[in-house]
Formats: sequence, structure tokens, C-alpha cells
Amino acid sequence: MATNFETHEFDVLVIGAGGAGLRAAIEASATGVKVGLICKSLLGKAHTVMAEGGMAAAMGNVDDRDNWKVHFADTMRGGQYVNNWRMAELHAKEAPARVHELEAWGAVFDRTKEGKISQRNFGGHRYPRLAHVGDRTGLEMIRTLQDHGIHQGITVFMEYTVVSLLKDAGRVVGVFGYDRERGRFRVFKAKATVLATGGLGRAYSVTSNSWEGTGDGVSLAFHAGAELLDMEFIQFHPTGMIWPPSVRGILVTESVRGEGGVLRNKDGKRFMYDDIPDNYKSQTSTDPEEGWRYTQNDKNAKRPPELLTRDHVARCINREVKAGRGSPHGGVFLDISWIKEKIPNSAEHIKKKLPSMYHQFMQLANLDITKEPMEIGPTTHYAMGGIRVDGETQATNIPGLYAAGECAAGLHGANRLGGNSLSDLIVFGKRAGEYAAKYAKETSVVSVSDAEIEAAYKEATAPFERAAGGSTEGPYQVQYDLQNMMQKNVGIVRLQNEMEEAIDGIQKLKARADKVAVQGHCEYNPGWHTAIDLKHLLTVSEAITLCALERKESRGGHFREDFPDKSPEAAKYNNVVSKATDGSMKLRREAIPPMREDLKQVIEEMK
Amino acid sequence: MNNKQVTFRIWRGDATGGKFVDYTTEITEGLVVLDVVHKIQAQQANDLAVRWNCKAGKCGSCSAEVNGMPKLMCMTRMDTLDLSKPITIEPMRAFPLVRDLATDVSWNFRVKTKIKKFNPRKPDCADGTWRMQQEDVDRVQEFRKCIECFLCQDVCHVTRDHHLHDKFIGPRFFVYTAALEMHPLDTEDRLAELKEAHGIGYCNITKCCTKVCPEHITITDNAIIPLKERVVDEFYDPFAWLWKKIRPQG
Repeated sequence: MATNFETHEFDVLVIGAGGAGLRAAIEASATGVKVGLICKSLLGKAHTVMAEGGMAAAMGNVDDRDNWKVHFADTMRGGQYVNNWRMAELHAKEAPARVHELEAWGAVFDRTKEGKISQRNFGGHRYPRLAHVGDRTGLEMIRTLQDHGIHQGITVFMEYTVVSLLKDAGRVVGVFGYDRERGRFRVFKAKATVLATGGLGRAYSVTSNSWEGTGDGVSLAFHAGAELLDMEFIQFHPTGMIWPPSVRGILVTESVRGEGGVLRNKDGKRFMYDDIPDNYKSQTSTDPEEGWRYTQNDKNAKRPPELLTRDHVARCINREVKAGRGSPHGGVFLDISWIKEKIPNSAEHIKKKLPSMYHQFMQLANLDITKEPMEIGPTTHYAMGGIRVDGETQATNIPGLYAAGECAAGLHGANRLGGNSLSDLIVFGKRAGEYAAKYAKETSVVSVSDAEIEAAYKEATAPFERAAGGSTEGPYQVQYDLQNMMQKNVGIVRLQNEMEEAIDGIQKLKARADKVAVQGHCEYNPGWHTAIDLKHLLTVSEAITLCALERKESRGGHFREDFPDKSPEAAKYNNVVSKATDGSMKLRREAIPPMREDLKQVIEEMK
Repeated sequence: MNNKQVTFRIWRGDATGGKFVDYTTEITEGLVVLDVVHKIQAQQANDLAVRWNCKAGKCGSCSAEVNGMPKLMCMTRMDTLDLSKPITIEPMRAFPLVRDLATDVSWNFRVKTKIKKFNPRKPDCADGTWRMQQEDVDRVQEFRKCIECFLCQDVCHVTRDHHLHDKFIGPRFFVYTAALEMHPLDTEDRLAELKEAHGIGYCNITKCCTKVCPEHITITDNAIIPLKERVVDEFYDPFAWLWKKIRPQG
């Protein structure tokens, strides 16, 4: 039976066509190997298009005091020092070259007066550092990579879902998947496979992630035996839309604050001044006038507290809402319209600087942001944790398997700085492509097992069998129940007993997922796709919860009400999740390797 | 909050045929068309095929025809529609149907590969970078806002009514070509194929594409007409032709 599946063969196979996947595919194909690229959506629609603010790269175009050392120190400080320091170093050093490369491939960034690539301020970055195109930088990145990549001889499989990784003698040798339009299964043999599947925000009910963010890569890797790292660190972006209900969770870019937007509670108070963490006091302004000058690129001014790191701002908003000082729909106010006091023609200025935010609120909320404040609240945005990789090569612990971008872990530690994601994609996407191609060239042809393919096929099509057998529950309700539970029990504020409940709940939901039935056939059937996603969502939810229970402290995106402080002991380890021989999930602590002396010195210098 | 009953008349079917099916559901305040389609999908038609992704007008996946108008379903608010009558939701008509609201848009991806890629001049500076002024890139940035929803390709009569997909690249790819041709760094020449294989002459400037563009790109005025002018200057201007013949070479 298995031999009947159409089979494709590649040297390097990339799963996911956002920034990291495209960059990996381009790099691999440039070395002359045969490359396949599989994506769940149409090419160019991946979640990267949603990135707004920019990509961080210490080019020093706007402030020449910036350099890789400052960027490195900022990234480590933002990640609260549990980052993979080697990745943070490589990222800071290589990002400028990757940005210039995009320009050479046709990207059109906003310019400085001298005609260089302009750079803007963002939370946690000491100097203006984000190369950007208005507030649609992600679109510019994905389109540039897409338009460059289509001339590289890469074979693209659009609207395909991967259901499992195939293994041979402990090595990943390809994937098994199906095309979403027709439901036809395919075998993809590959000497090296790169996972670049992005995020897992869909495990939560309020998220900025699209339907694609179901943690596929993390789950596929785990089930193939790869280790996961620090899954507890989830970033809740402070500013998501909250009204009307249908748009709840959609991102409102940090650039609104970068351009001078302020946060206020229902009493009109700028509450961010009430809580400035000690390690940021020296860099943060306590004077609103100075904060405004910072956003207008005054090099001598310190940043306003609205531009503190995302984890902190999200918690402050949460606190205001809980204390009854929130906005009518349970958030707080983000106001950019006030800058009319400072700038003539402020409405035109805002539309020029934040065009897609202007349209988003006009069209979805019927609100003119040049005249009125927005209502915003935290939204599940980004997974700092993910597949454990080697910092230089992006190799996982399974030979032949690589990971890059959001689905990989390490660079961002406990909290990612805004703008460090787009740069992560191109820096480590390139590295993953490069090393996967190298591995492919050094290894022999692969063989896949019919029995393994047969088993994967049976598992994927089981929901139809169950429908025929009389099972009635569809996948949607199970998915909603999981999302609501994760939001409530393992969300922005966490407690031991609530998370223990979640562990129980996940086991019960797994049992329900095992019985889910789907009507109809394989052809473009969203109910079936959702049934397949469920396994991934449950896997990543369990990993998040296990890690969050284990980390009895608060750090970055992980905040525990029962352990509200940072523990110096917990700064020394990462959580590593792997699959036990009985198939269950197990967790161990692993010491963070000591940082190189020269890097330690950089951090001291930048304090 | 006023809950209202609405009826969605949705096209169900595949390449072999299909029909409109009515779904009645209750809506709350602040919904967009895509929300209602999703509600119907979750509650009444689990197998209803519909593409979507970002739900914020940034990815261009959920293109369809709402009451006959090409639109992004995620950016079409329910309170802009007359709810007293059934709302028709159809797939884009210029492309072959896959199923229900999902069409086969692969033609667009094939067309793009035929357009010569970006080819920059040598870097301006020793460090391999270029210098460009903001006013020199403003026009190109307008074109690069395109989210590839293909609504302009759907509404254009050359593809929609005359099916000249083999002879004409459509408004999206005139915008794409314009972005390359007007890029301050680009050195490639794409005029000969614009005139011939890419069929810019078929466009008779009815501006339907500009009207449906959700990114408000002035497709006709800013992209297509300037490209038509360049083609005319290159191939039809007798003085330019003569000058090219007699000008000193080298």
C-alpha cells in the first residue's frame, strides 16, 4: 500500500515558508543541492507577513554608538540571561549583513536623510536599531525572499501539511504529508530536513497568530525524538486589539509606542511610570517630556517606560485591568493621537508612520487612531521556547534534522525583544540552510520504511474511520476547550494548582482527541485539518505546562504569582523536554554552559 | 448588543459544478464576513472550504466575491452590508474552482516566475551598500504594499471575461513589473516582454483593479499608465526610434 504513494526526493527539504524557511531554502539551493519547500498556506502568506515593526540589526545608521556588542547585551538582558549566548552573539554580529543582503535582493527599506537604511526605536533596544518599511516590514521581508527564491530552482509545495517525520536508523530521512486541496498523501525523502514552522499561539484562545500557528514543527520534532527547550517562555504581547470581539488578539505594533504612543488607564494616568524594574532604571526616563524626545530620536534622552520589555508591559496592563482601572472592554488605552500637541499635521504624520495600524482600526473597529485612543490588551504572541538546536548549525539532537526561526529555541531566552524575530529568521534561516546542505552533501541516499508510512497514514485518516464507526464529537469543540484552558490556567499569570489542573485537563482532552470524528473526505476539509492540528496543539500545551510547573520563579514571559521573584538558582539552567521510551513526556534541568569571558566582559561594559 | 439573524448564500461545489446553499445564523456586534463564514463552518458545514490566514488584511488569502464585489472577507464588516437580504459569498470567478470558496490561483505564481528578477546596479559604497533618498523610493513602496490577494486579477475583464491568461499577466504583475522598473537600483529592461508576451496593450484602463485594491494602490494611474508610456516611447515614438539609430554608440 505504502509504495503507492507518490514520492519526491530532495537533498534538503524545508518545512515552512515564512522568513526562516525561505531563507534556509535559498541558502541551501545556492550551494547547488536539490531543495524542496513545503508550506501549509500559499507562498507568501506565512505569519511573517504580520510582523510590523522591523528587524533589529546594529548597523548604526541612525545612532553610530550602536554595534554588535550593544545588541548582544540588549538581547541577553531582555532574555534575562537564560539565552543561548552563542546564538545571541552570532545574531548580533550577522544581522547587519543579512539586512543588506535583503536590500541587494530588492527590499526597499525606509531611508535616513543620508540615504541609508533608516532604523527605529523599539522596546529593550538601547539605540534605534530596527530596519523597517512603515509598519509592514514582515511583508517586505517575505516578498523579497519569495521573489528572490522563485528564481533559485526550489520546488515549492503549497498548501501541504506534514503529518510525521520519517526516520531510518535514528536519522530523519524525510516527511510524510498530504496536499490540503486534494487530500492526496505524498512521501518526501530527504537527506536533511529543516523545520521552520513558526509559532504555537493557537494553543491559546487570545492570540495574534493565524490558524497556522499550531506548533507543528515543535510537535513533529518531539515525536521524532528531538529535544525541546524552555517551553514555559511564551511572550504575551502587551498590545493586541480587544474590541470588537472578532478581532480580539490581533496585533497592534509596538511601533505605535516607538512613535510616541502612550499607555493610560481609565483615569487617564500613564501607569507605566509606577513600575520600572531595577535593571532598566538607568535607561528609562521618568520625565514624560524626555520620553517624548527619545521617540523623536533625541540621542541624549532616555526611553519612556512604555518601551520597557514586552513581558513587563503586559503584566503592568494586566495589573491595571485586575485593579479595576481598565478600559470598558477589559484592556487599557493606547494613545498616539495626543501627539497633535507636539506635531503640526499629526494626522498625516501618523498615517505615514503607521499606515496599516490606521487602516486596521478604521476598517475593523471603525476608530480613527489619529483622533482617538485605541483599546488594547495582552495577546499570546510568540514562543521563545521550542526545538533545541546547536547555536552555530541549527542542528537538533537527531541527525538530519534542523530547525530555525520561531520553532527553534535559544536566542531569546525568557523574553524576546521586538525586532529580534525578523532578524532571527534571516540569520538562523541562512545558517540552517547552509548546514543542512553541508550535511546532505556528506551523507548517502536515504531509504524510508513502508511500515512507518503505513502507520502515519492510518493515524492521519483515523478521524474518517471513527465517523464511519459512529463517533460523533468533531475537532472544533476539543480545540476550543484546550485553548480556553491554556488561556486561563497557563496564561500570563500562573499558579501551581491551576497548572496541575491543566496537566489533568490535557490528558482528558487527549482522550477526547483520540476519538474525534470528521465527516466527508480528504479534499480541502478544514474539519480534518483541525483534527490533525489537535495532536500538535496538545503536545505543545503539555510541554509548556510541564516546563512552567518546573520553573518555580518568575522570569521574562513566565510569571508565577506563587513565585513572583527571580531565583538566582533558576538562572543557571534550561528546561529540556524529551520523549521517554514509553512515549510519555519527560523533563530534565540542564545547566547553561558558562559564558565566554569576552562576552561576559561585554555584558559588564554595557550594564 | 443586538443579535441579528442573517442568511449567507454560499457557493458550494467543485470544478464539476455546484450550487448556492443558504445558511442562517445569528451574529453579534463587530463581526466581519469571514467571522460569519467561520461560524457557519464550525457549526453547520465543517467541510466548507475557505482560505484565510492573518484575519487582519495583511496576507491576502481570504479573497472572495461578497454580493458580487471582489473583497477580502476579513476586512468586510457586517455592518456595511444590507442584512435584510441573503448575502451571497462566491469564490473568485477568474480562477478555476478547487472547492467552495477556494480557487486555484497557481497561475499567478507561474506568471511571476516569467518576469525578469531584480538586478541591482553595483553598490554605491565600498562596504557593499547603496544610498537612496526616501522620495526616490516612495513610489516603489506604494507598489510593494501589494498583499497578493489577486482581487485585481479577478476583477479585470481581460482575465475574467476574455480568459486571456496566456497572453496577459494582469494588474498584479503590472504593479510588480512597475516596482522593479521604477526601483532606483534596478538595471534590467522588461519593456519588450511587457509589449509582447505580457500583453500590457490589452489593458484599456477601466480602472476596475484600482477600485478593488484593498491596499489602495493606484494601480492604473501609477503603475500601468507609466508602463504603457514607457512601452510607447520605446517602440512607437518615431523620433526616439530615429535617435536610437543615429546616436553615437559607445
